[in-house]
Amino acid sequence: MSFFVVQFLTGLASAASLFLVACGLSIIFGVTRIVNFAHGSFYMLGAYLAATIVATLPVGIFSYWGSVLVAALVVGLIGIVVEIVVLRRIYHAPELFQLVATFGVVLVVQDLTLAIWGPADKLGPLAPGLDSAVNIGGQLLPEYDVALIILGPAVLGLLWLLFHRTRWGTLVRAATQDREMVGALGVNQRRIFTSVFFLGACLAGLGGAVQIPREPISLMMDLNVIAEVFVVVVIGGMGSILGAFLAAVIIGELNAFGILIFPEITLVLLFLVMAVVLVIRPRGLLGKPELTVGAQPAQIAAIHLPGPATKLAMGVLFAVLALVPLFAGDFLLVLLIEVMLLALFAASLHFIMGNGGMVSFGHAAYFGIGAYGAALAVVHSDSPMELALVLAPTAAGLAGLVFGWFCVRLSGVYFAMLSLAFAQIAWSVVFQWYEVTGGDDGLLGIWPSEWASDRFAFYYLSLIIVAGGVLMLRRMIFSPFGYALRAGRDSPLRSDAIGINLRHQQWASIVIAGAFAGLAGGLYAFSKGSVFPDAMSIPRSVDALVMVLLGGVDTLAGPLVGAAALIGLEDAISRFDYWRLILGLVIILICVTAPNGIVGSLKLAFAGRRERE
Amino acid sequence: MLEASGIDAFYGQAHILHGVGLSVGRGEVLALLGRNGAGKSTTMKSIIGLVRPAAGSVRLDGAELAGLPPHEIARAGIGYVPEERRVFTELTVMENLSVGLQPARDSTPTWTPERLFELFPNLAEMRDRQGGRMSGGEQQMLTIARTLMGNPRVILLDEPSEGLAPVIVDQMARTVQELKRDGLTVLLSEQNLHFASAVADRATIIEKGIIRYSGTMAALAADEEARAAYLTV
Ligand SMILES: Nc1ncnc2c1ncn2[C@@H]1O[C@H](COP(=O)(O)OP(=O)(O)OP(=O)(O)O)[C@@H](O)[C@H]1O
Ligand SMILES: [Mg+2]
Repeated sequence: MSFFVVQFLTGLASAASLFLVACGLSIIFGVTRIVNFAHGSFYMLGAYLAATIVATLPVGIFSYWGSVLVAALVVGLIGIVVEIVVLRRIYHAPELFQLVATFGVVLVVQDLTLAIWGPADKLGPLAPGLDSAVNIGGQLLPEYDVALIILGPAVLGLLWLLFHRTRWGTLVRAATQDREMVGALGVNQRRIFTSVFFLGACLAGLGGAVQIPREPISLMMDLNVIAEVFVVVVIGGMGSILGAFLAAVIIGELNAFGILIFPEITLVLLFLVMAVVLVIRPRGLLGKPELTVGAQPAQIAAIHLPGPATKLAMGVLFAVLALVPLFAGDFLLVLLIEVMLLALFAASLHFIMGNGGMVSFGHAAYFGIGAYGAALAVVHSDSPMELALVLAPTAAGLAGLVFGWFCVRLSGVYFAMLSLAFAQIAWSVVFQWYEVTGGDDGLLGIWPSEWASDRFAFYYLSLIIVAGGVLMLRRMIFSPFGYALRAGRDSPLRSDAIGINLRHQQWASIVIAGAFAGLAGGLYAFSKGSVFPDAMSIPRSVDALVMVLLGGVDTLAGPLVGAAALIGLEDAISRFDYWRLILGLVIILICVTAPNGIVGSLKLAFAGRRERE
Repeated sequence: MLEASGIDAFYGQAHILHGVGLSVGRGEVLALLGRNGAGKSTTMKSIIGLVRPAAGSVRLDGAELAGLPPHEIARAGIGYVPEERRVFTELTVMENLSVGLQPARDSTPTWTPERLFELFPNLAEMRDRQGGRMSGGEQQMLTIARTLMGNPRVILLDEPSEGLAPVIVDQMARTVQELKRDGLTVLLSEQNLHFASAVADRATIIEKGIIRYSGTMAALAADEEARAAYLTV
């Protein structure tokens, strides 16, 4: 019995940090409507800073907790810098740009952390005065956990007071509902946004800082925590602090008890709980219906039927690509194969994003499941490449069937967060299920069949499959199915009224997009001869988004141009130690300056010139 | 006191206002009249800055306001009461009022919650009620009270009588008259000519984003032609 009590208390203790980070994210979202991807980075910075500060001070209770607080405040100040430099410029941009821009911040922070603290994991100090354990019926519970169990509700109470007993809190709650009206009443929104960002970042920093005696401090903390935090926020309801608390406790307990049954099962449990909650309450336990007042302007323009010029350009591109092997060296071919495969991956994302208005932050799940589907078939049952390449899109399409069923119940940022959570779950399964997937070591020896093993042959195989795939996706975009999807994107209510079942359309489109992403992933595994978990990691999902974004959301050629631009860029900067920093800065710059992407901006420039003439 | 001239406004590509101009004198009540979709609300939003005018000027006692963000325009002394009311539904009456609070001004009477409760006795009995749990009429009073907390010099009332029961409309008319007596300048948009006649000194009529008529309320009452052309459906 006492064993279960201790396990329960441990769950509560781990809920504390999760709650701090999640409610920071939730508060920021409430007012700014931005899902701050960099929130995990604030958490990580909190841990590094606290460990560093405490190490410079004499050991003692005050210096420990003082360091924790100072670290949280410093993270808050960093948050202010991020808000002023990046977010302020994109409050009116479409969601996609906001999410991707904050991911740019993630990359920048990762490399800066690496530069300052180095690659090795760090162990934090024990908290003075709380370094032993409490005996509960023969079971030991660290004293520090007791402190955390108190900390969670204490912060919850303080936040309640802050929001209900101060004018600032009243203004923030008012702005959460209708920030435009608050401005019209004479309140400077900028100050509110900045101060809210400060508070949210502080809470994330605090969440990281209090973790230092409990877990190793590493460069993986940011992305590890963000997926879990998204799950918490989706379950608890965006914008609800109490919801974040309840959900954090639920997740904390699931982790604490799930780990007893089977370490892998915790993920499945998380998944099930999230599924049940979302089916019953699509906005989470305590979430409120999304408010439409002051919503962002939809910046999605119509996608036009390809004119003769576009068709000609695509034909020429295909012809050029078909002729390249005659004079190109191996290196260029390998690079081009990668560009083509990622272009198909990006085109499949564009299919649901550009047409369906669904911003998926976990599209790599399908790419990775396709890659692993093919690789597992080869490794475990000696399948030939041809069969594996059928299995890849099938597996990914099936995943789309399952994930999509949940995702289409949500919209906007909820959709984005849930898709990311699914991808992260898929990633964890692959990462942890060592016996089957080889875990971090990946699966090796995934070679093409005899006839395709030659570079030339494989290049043409890829070219044909990618060109065929892109053509099929385009066909569907201009079919009645595609029109219905866009009708739903532009006006969900109206399309509902004319009898289009939007959910089914969206669901089908996710399955289709998933299958094409899986096909690209399967080919990718064969092109590399191996597959590793990062095929479905968050950065890979972001790659897809960046490719679409580089090319522009509104143009069909966008994903292709975007893929070439991204691979070109990565190839150019991969020589540098701090390439993430460069990539992050480039991403931020694009989001801030060119919200139409490369192709979109060119088109606009042309249109502008034509108008002027 | 408040003078707008040559205002052009767009929603995206749609050109809504075409050179709209109007002027309200100190202590005066001006009714901006027009049919559904004529551009009344857009004019109000252009003045407070929620819609950024593409051209034109908005002056308050000579100071140019066009192009400033809404919060600066509000601080300059313009109070905006939106047509949709936009009460903060999660906040209590007192909290709603506190959002509107701005520093006192020399040139206008200073409003406190207690003074506002004298003006709107209904609200006094529901200080701790959430905005979302109030009737339409109570919400309308709350939005006006909330805006008055900013001690405005001019108040923009966008269709204050819309969707209210006749008794409440009469009450609203008395309220506007009282505000006028206190020396407040009011720009009021209306479709309800009866309400407008009860409170306004002068009228300006807008149709399809163009100002068609300006004159005293009495002149409009006599001008059946203008009323038939621009007002009756
Ligand atoms: N957010 C918007 N986006 C696009 N068009 C709009 C928007 N708001 C209003 N319009 C259009 O602008 C025109 C003027 O609208 P406005 O709301 O100013 O009229 P109004 O005179 O206030 O009408 P009502 O009496 O119905 O309140 C209308 O044709 C309306 O359809
Ligand atoms: Mg109106």
